[in-house]
Amino acid sequence: MIKGIPFEHIMIFSTLLFFIGVYGFLTRKNLITILISIELILNAVNINFVAVNVYLYPEALEGHFFALFIIAIAAAEAAVAIAIFINLYRNIRSINIEKVNEMKN
Amino acid sequence: MSWSDFFLMQQELALILLALVLLVVEISLDTENKHKIIPVANFLFIPILVIGFLNTSTGSLFGDMYITDPTRILMKNILNVGVFLVFLQVSNWLKTQANNRNRISEFYLLIISSLIGVNYLISAGNFLMFYLSLELTSIPIAALAAYEQYKHKSAEAGIKMILSSAFSSGILLFGLSLLYAGTGTLNYGAMAIASVDLIQSMGFIFFFSGLAFKISIVPFHLWTADVYEGAPVAVTSYLSVISKGVAVFVLAIVLITLFGEIQGLWQEVIYVTAILTMTIGNLFAIRQKNIKRFLAFSSIAQAGFILLGLVGGSNFGTTAVLYFVLIYIFSNLAAFGVVSVIQNASDKENIYDYNGLYKTNPRLSLVMMLALFSLAGIPPVAGFFGKFFLFAAAAEAGMYVLLLIAVLNAIISLYYYLLVVKAMFINSNDQPVPKIESDFFARAGLILCTAGIIITGFISWIYEYMLNNSFGI
Repeated sequence: MIKGIPFEHIMIFSTLLFFIGVYGFLTRKNLITILISIELILNAVNINFVAVNVYLYPEALEGHFFALFIIAIAAAEAAVAIAIFINLYRNIRSINIEKVNEMKN
Repeated sequence: MSWSDFFLMQQELALILLALVLLVVEISLDTENKHKIIPVANFLFIPILVIGFLNTSTGSLFGDMYITDPTRILMKNILNVGVFLVFLQVSNWLKTQANNRNRISEFYLLIISSLIGVNYLISAGNFLMFYLSLELTSIPIAALAAYEQYKHKSAEAGIKMILSSAFSSGILLFGLSLLYAGTGTLNYGAMAIASVDLIQSMGFIFFFSGLAFKISIVPFHLWTADVYEGAPVAVTSYLSVISKGVAVFVLAIVLITLFGEIQGLWQEVIYVTAILTMTIGNLFAIRQKNIKRFLAFSSIAQAGFILLGLVGGSNFGTTAVLYFVLIYIFSNLAAFGVVSVIQNASDKENIYDYNGLYKTNPRLSLVMMLALFSLAGIPPVAGFFGKFFLFAAAAEAGMYVLLLIAVLNAIISLYYYLLVVKAMFINSNDQPVPKIESDFFARAGLILCTAGIIITGFISWIYEYMLNNSFGI
């Protein structure tokens, strides 16, 4: 239990973080910042899991474990995503999402 | 728990073994001989299909992390057969790729990794396991979508795939964290949600949206057409049948085992999304010029039809979904198989390039015609029976308005499927696709698909088998 911080505040914080991430994902133009927005979403989820675990169900550690696994998987996902970005950069010399529109036309 | 309990995971263990064997074979081959891995992988995959039918016992492992029962094994078998057909179709494409000649084995290893994820996803009994295997199914496929290094389109498809899958799993996880807050457990068995309180319905909506991305249900379908068009045909066919199939199966399992008590909530969600998915998928499919984009939108529309089977939440509906996915695998893979053969031979992928195909390649156009008839649901072929049972499931649930809209959509879909058939058989063309001699594996794949399309509908034993086994979940 974290002293002095009510559970609601943590939940409000994580929900805000989640929607900031969603907003960033939908509006950002640079592929790297889009990836950062996804990390924001995943971190909001991590905070949720850990806070729920600590405040509501402290008898088991399921939430903590889940957060650990999310961190690991997010790293793997970012690695693959960046590899694909580099491949794209070699092809078109840009990582702007607006240039990634060959199939829109 | 004894060692012999591990054999409950027969299919997964066999697949992991196959992946290791392929790695060893890959090391022992010279750079010029990398294509020899194709027959090795294809023939070694046959025992895996057989293993799936050997042991159909019920049980769980690792503190309910892993559950297996006849229904789940049946689902895995269906998807494994689909992957086998994909493997048969890719050989030609892999051999003709000049730039990627020394990376052939990567294709097999990534697909098999993804398939291991698919198998574990079906058997997951805990949301931790669920999440891990969900990522294992989608990350390798994103890498594969960007397989053709020097093609701009391929990299674009890879980016769209990885970003949308990461985003969707983020949304899904947020839903899971809310469900965890409501129930205090992540185990399927302990979680079964009984009451509709606000936080759990929020959790369910987020969770459903995350899965809807994977099935490409409207309004989460926007990535589908671009990824399907840009990715190599083999990857597209994997995406459109296996990834979609597993997401549908998992949705069925989760809806019935976890959310069975709050059926009133998800019934409305699925009702609305089913209508949207069918209609929008169909309307966009009409105006497509590119055959891969066309099949992408047709697969969105098919996903809408699949939801008809889930909406009632009955055993009959689940059976209809299983049966339809099996038929859908055969018909969609037959269509993609023909597209793949033609693209390899002539690099043509527009619908008007198919004009006059019957003159030069009568057998290919017959297979394509059967596949499209099956997708549209015209009686003699299996697709009709699949759609019929789905419609019957919706009727059983008493949703006649939904049923009416579905029937109207089936008629619209008939129009655009017949456009392609008309292009092949009636339209004339100055420069038709030249006569194509496909290799042994591609031919075998197309023959198996065609046999599946024709036979699955008539052998009622298959349907009976599914009906008897779908009481497991």
